[in-house]
Amino acid sequence: MGRRVGISGNYAVAYAVKMADVDMIAAYPITPQTTIVEKLSEFVANGELDASYMNVESEHSAISACVGASLTGARVFTATSSQGLALMHEILFMASALRTPIVMANVNRALSAPLNIWNDHSDAMAQRDAGWIQLWVRSAQEAFDTTVEAFKIAEESRLPVMVNLDGFIVSHMYEPVELPDEEEVKKFIPSRPLENRISTKSAHAVGVVGPPEYYYEMKYQAIDAIEKSRVKIKEIDREFNSRFGKSYGEVEAYGMDGADAALIVMGSIFGSAKEVANSLREEGKKVGVISLRVFRPFPIQELRKAVEGIKAVGVVDRATTPGGVGNPLYNEIATALYDMPDRPAIQGFVAGLGGRDIRQDDFRLMYSATEKAAREGAGRCMYVGLRE
Amino acid sequence: MLEIRWHGRGGQGAVTAAEILATSVINEGKYAQAFAAFGPERRGAPVLAFTRISDSEILTRCQIYEPDIIVVLDKNLCTMEGVGDGLKDGGTVVLNTDQKAEDYLQIFGNAGKIAVVDATEIALRELGTPITNTAILGALVRASGVVRLETLEEVMKQRFKQFAEKNVNAVKRAFEGTVLFEAGAKK
Repeated sequence: MGRRVGISGNYAVAYAVKMADVDMIAAYPITPQTTIVEKLSEFVANGELDASYMNVESEHSAISACVGASLTGARVFTATSSQGLALMHEILFMASALRTPIVMANVNRALSAPLNIWNDHSDAMAQRDAGWIQLWVRSAQEAFDTTVEAFKIAEESRLPVMVNLDGFIVSHMYEPVELPDEEEVKKFIPSRPLENRISTKSAHAVGVVGPPEYYYEMKYQAIDAIEKSRVKIKEIDREFNSRFGKSYGEVEAYGMDGADAALIVMGSIFGSAKEVANSLREEGKKVGVISLRVFRPFPIQELRKAVEGIKAVGVVDRATTPGGVGNPLYNEIATALYDMPDRPAIQGFVAGLGGRDIRQDDFRLMYSATEKAAREGAGRCMYVGLRE
Repeated sequence: MLEIRWHGRGGQGAVTAAEILATSVINEGKYAQAFAAFGPERRGAPVLAFTRISDSEILTRCQIYEPDIIVVLDKNLCTMEGVGDGLKDGGTVVLNTDQKAEDYLQIFGNAGKIAVVDATEIALRELGTPITNTAILGALVRASGVVRLETLEEVMKQRFKQFAEKNVNAVKRAFEGTVLFEAGAKK
């Protein structure tokens, strides 16, 4: 029997990592991630988790240590945020190209300057081309469930997985979480040695020079792997459902029956957007909301299905692409819907940068602007909650 | 849905109190959220924390702007701008103070109920340190009945381990010592 507890999103991640029985953790503390590795180091220190815990001097070293450990076939975990993820940048590409199934929790936080410890999605969006699978959670419960799924997805796809959770809004919020039995989790993700890994018995070089004669093909293997992970992600979520009675899908649509307009969001604002949609429905407005749980590989077909019959979508970005055409999420959505026969108008929004609260009135404004886009076509990107 | 806003100073444990309350509510089978509006963490700096309580699943993750209950862990915060902001008409205020509830009628003009307790005195006596978060929890439970005292004690035992007993005593003394004043504003 599992148990229902009141814990934070970060602790939910730590419990998932403990139950996944990882072999090695390498991390460097950074707000708002710190309490994940704090809890894990406590588990290791008091003997609840038999893993090697490696304190390193930077995030660059943390991810490098994880790549090395993963190449030996170990199950490894790290966690970071913001500047820490940025410092890992060059190694992130190696982790995916070397096909190391690392699981990393990225507790989303704005990038400096000005220095800001609060939530937005700039950190993960700046790493979207690193070849990592990116999952996005919306609650502490999902932080637990998705981290468990992530280990299986990583190992079966031979790719690293980044589990994104919103800084403070999920990471530090205490809320109810159903924790399953540790034995059940271990049955779901049994530890098993990965083949073709380096060891003292079979030493070989990895990460060597890949000249023009080879680089392209090797890079393509990683591209092909993340394409193929689509099937794995679906299968594993289905299997998770049959064992734990919960499934999330790649895209979740809420209140879309007969909807004309819908917001498309990622991360923890899904809940607030649902609540406001409920109020607007009571007022007779035909609005719904769509949330992406998977950003890489981008769930094109699932998204297209979710927006069928919708006149306009409003895409909420919590990150920007200064000087670009749109913003990271907007651009993905626009590309994914471009050749749809009856594609909806696409209204762009930027909101919640650097921890600015996205208030109920902000959601109302975005729903109403999306409804307007349904009637008159989309306007320019709106910076919601920005002071004049 | 019941929304609570906590005002404290860095080091007084407002965030911990918000979390203990939420955990207790969850342990009683209901739904709750506890979160903080963190700033740069400095001792003595004003801190805001929030607890949301509901019988059904809570969707929103916005901050709380119109609380049903305001809890103040340091009476000197009452004179600072914004402490009474957004209180729902007829709402409850729980104060750590050595003064009378009537002294606060002007600051919390639309309060229905003001509960006062000298949590600092209780904390100094029971814990030997002016950390008022657990004592104020006793006052909050007395004023609102949001959770059973026993549930709160159980959560504190798990969280504080060897320090639990002193804190549980602080909660009980504050619960008994809280003075409730009907301020009269209607919902």
